[in-house]
Amino acid sequence: MASEIGKKELTLTQKFWQLNWGLILIISLVASVGFAMLYSAAEGSWDPWASRQAVRFGMGFFLMVVIAVIDIKFWMRLSYILYGIGFLLLVAVEVFGQVGMGAQRWIDLKVIVLQPSEIMKIALVLALARYFHGIPIEDIGRIRTLIIPLLLVFLPIGLILKQPDLGTSLMLVAGSGVIFFLAGVRIWKFALVIVGVLASLPVAWNYLHPYQQNRVLTFLDPERDPLGAGYHIMQSKIAMGAGGMFGKGFMQGSQSQLKFLPEKQTDFIFTMLAEEIGLVGGLGLMGLYALLMIYGTFIAVRCRNHFGRLTALGVTTTFSLYAFINIAMVMGVIPVVGVPLPMVSYGGTAMLTVMIGFGLLMNCYVHRDMRIPRNWREM
Amino acid sequence: MKPEKDRAKLFNRRAAFLIGGKLALLSGLAGRMYYLQVVESERYKLMAEDNRVNFRLLPPLRGFIVDRSGDYLAINIKNYQIILVPEQANNESTVNDVLSKLIQLIDLEDHEIRRILKEISRRRAFVPVTVRQNLSWEDVSRLVVNTPDLPGVHVEVGQTRHYPYAETMAHVLGYVGAVTEKELTGDPLLELPGFKIGKRGIEKVQDLALRGTGGNSKVEVNALGRVIKELERVEGLPGHELKLTLLMRLQDYVGQRVENEKAAAVVVMDAHNGDVLSLVSTPSFDPNAFSEGLKTDEWNDLINNPYKPLTNKAIAGQYAPGSTFKIVVALAALKHGISPDYKVFCPGHMDVGDRRFHCWKKHGHGLVNLTDAMRGSCDVWFYDVARKIGVDNIAEMAFKLGFGERSGLGLDGERKGLVPTKSWKKRALKQSWHLGETLIAGIGQGYVLATPMQLAVMTARVVNGGKAVAPRLTRQMFDAESLTGVEADVSFENLDIPEAHLKIIRDSMDEVVNHPEGTARGSKITIAGREMGGKTGTSQVRRISEAEREAGIRKGEDIEWRLRDHALFVGYAPVDNPRFVVSVIVEHGGGGSKAAAPIARDVLLKAQELMAESEAEAQAAAEIKEI
Repeated sequence: MASEIGKKELTLTQKFWQLNWGLILIISLVASVGFAMLYSAAEGSWDPWASRQAVRFGMGFFLMVVIAVIDIKFWMRLSYILYGIGFLLLVAVEVFGQVGMGAQRWIDLKVIVLQPSEIMKIALVLALARYFHGIPIEDIGRIRTLIIPLLLVFLPIGLILKQPDLGTSLMLVAGSGVIFFLAGVRIWKFALVIVGVLASLPVAWNYLHPYQQNRVLTFLDPERDPLGAGYHIMQSKIAMGAGGMFGKGFMQGSQSQLKFLPEKQTDFIFTMLAEEIGLVGGLGLMGLYALLMIYGTFIAVRCRNHFGRLTALGVTTTFSLYAFINIAMVMGVIPVVGVPLPMVSYGGTAMLTVMIGFGLLMNCYVHRDMRIPRNWREM
Repeated sequence: MKPEKDRAKLFNRRAAFLIGGKLALLSGLAGRMYYLQVVESERYKLMAEDNRVNFRLLPPLRGFIVDRSGDYLAINIKNYQIILVPEQANNESTVNDVLSKLIQLIDLEDHEIRRILKEISRRRAFVPVTVRQNLSWEDVSRLVVNTPDLPGVHVEVGQTRHYPYAETMAHVLGYVGAVTEKELTGDPLLELPGFKIGKRGIEKVQDLALRGTGGNSKVEVNALGRVIKELERVEGLPGHELKLTLLMRLQDYVGQRVENEKAAAVVVMDAHNGDVLSLVSTPSFDPNAFSEGLKTDEWNDLINNPYKPLTNKAIAGQYAPGSTFKIVVALAALKHGISPDYKVFCPGHMDVGDRRFHCWKKHGHGLVNLTDAMRGSCDVWFYDVARKIGVDNIAEMAFKLGFGERSGLGLDGERKGLVPTKSWKKRALKQSWHLGETLIAGIGQGYVLATPMQLAVMTARVVNGGKAVAPRLTRQMFDAESLTGVEADVSFENLDIPEAHLKIIRDSMDEVVNHPEGTARGSKITIAGREMGGKTGTSQVRRISEAEREAGIRKGEDIEWRLRDHALFVGYAPVDNPRFVVSVIVEHGGGGSKAAAPIARDVLLKAQELMAESEAEAQAAAEIKEI
């Protein structure tokens, strides 16, 4: 049967039944944790966060399914175009973007407020996957082969750094690095780049904005500035620590409910979960995330076309990076960077990115047996 | 197809490696979480509790002050104030709208509105701002009716110190006011906004006893400091009720009696136990104005008033005691071997060296002994005696009778007066003593200074049989730790003055009033058993020049008020069994017999009547209790 699917196009209904329902269940579970926490953050009210988040999730869910059932080749064809649009939008932000939170990140299209750097998180994965799909394994070792993908990565990152948005830039670098790695680029080349980056860190330090330098310094010593930037980390650690093994109970977190915790509905929602439901709750959510990561890996490995493999693991990694950075940040392991907890934090853009990513992941699963030759365009 | 397979193999290897890395990272974060939430949990729990819980102090009610019969002298009354919570105002309307509606209901001046807006801009939106204190009842009712239109506006009830007898008690009670930086002692109560402490008088001296102990309210607060709910409440202890020895009915009477004097002071006390029954200094001020907040021009009026309403003249006014001091000199003379029958001829003056010392009576008293000299207040007899015994012996007796030191009454601002001695002059003025100064001291002029309180104490010690009685305003002693009132004991040491001497002085004071030639014969009490004895005094404010003496300008009425003599009188009653003493000074009142003695007579008579009345009431009450 598997070979049959590989040979002919599936009907829409068949594709629908091919959707990965286990994955959908886990995604819904994570999103439900988010609703519950947003309900608690609003002191036991669906307004203003939980209800809107649910609507967004519904829309994202629909989008995910639509993306999943569209032919994978459509996405392959669209990948460069999408990347081009994303890049142009980044340029547009640079020229007439809105300034928010001390950085130019949004572009107001009147209907929706667009954050092009989020689009880029998906578009870059697709573009790289498509590029490496067309590269034979023998050619990976050549430096020349890597020039185009490196440009694909660093052109948008240059613009995003200029906004300035260090968090997104680092996520894009890490996400792209993973695709390079999966595509087969030699380990020593990574080692070389890492050594090079470390060597240039002191120089880069001077290019950081004072507030970014401050965040790094505060991260290194949170008590340096207990009323300023360090306050967030300190209060977050206090909240988690006070939560203990089983937490203070749903809607009972004194740190969160009494507003000691900043941004509890967005960046610090994991802290709130850890305070109210305790270690058990935190590990539970991390377990769901781990399941999503494992699922993504299985789908990628199971996929018979290289574009699908790279896309599946690429989007899974993007999602994983969100989770790692956010959780590490609220625990005071890394500096405070404005990265939301995927599917749980209140906010539309990240939710959309992640849902689109899962849509693509499922698309890869639905089309897992489709073989696509390297030179597919010539066929 | 082979390269494609290789590619897949490589991908799978690396994907496995990647998921391994991811799970390792997650495990690392889980480990970190375990460390925070289990290993370090206790520490963070404490920190969270510190964050959450705040202690709020609850101010105690200030203790009342009552007189000896239980009449309320200082109480706390409700004070209505309007507060505005900007956050609530902004929810339904705007602060500006609410304020403009408020202006239509109560008078708010521009500077008040500016202050309100400034406070609003400085504080967090949920912190109430006081719009106006001390609202009248009409204002309150008008506001309450209109509250639906005034979001965020509340009428709050606070406590204000109130003194029902206002001016009459101002100098004894003092007043309360806001705590200044210097007065902070570490007692957190003092740092409460709006907390008042005693600034003067009994309020100040007995502040700790009256203050009480603050209560505690344990509240849950959020990160902005807003109170979410009260977790626990420990009520404080109100301040002690302080009972004074004063008899308010008498105080009231004395106050009215001296109302028409420009500046005067009266002290009435019990000669045996030191209870101060009345302490009046006039003019006075309204202490209620202080506790409500004094305006600048009111304050300026008070400090620029030439009659010094803020000074408690009974304890802080220092006057040359004049002839009242002759009691001291006479006792010193008796002690140093001068016989009561020692006679001196008074021609109206006495010459010592090339200086002539005048008697107040231009043509002299003739031949006088001690009793005659006291009765007629003959200066020459006292010049002579003073010269004989010397100033240091006079001083010794003066100190014995309470001059030159604070009486220990327990009021702030009391002054010591001055008893000159030879060594004092050397020390203070770097000059040697002159004989002429001894003579002047002998009639209570010159360097000698005394307060009306000291004059009353002197009189008391003379008429109580030579006991070192000390005045007191309250019988309660509050020890600093438990702040519980303890009745003070009333045994005083003996001053070692022979009763025979004291009797001579008392009898001569009897004659001052009750003898047809006594200087105060016009101020007799004619009710049997209530007769008064005493001594007049006239204290010279400036030297009278020979030229003026020749021209006959001596009478007070002829000269400017501030240059006139002070009129003094010390007295006791009843003559047969002395119990009450009085000292009166009328600043620039002229002669003691004319200006001071009549006041003393009225006061002593009233004191006897009112004390009898009060004690009868107390006894009746006690009997009812026993039944």
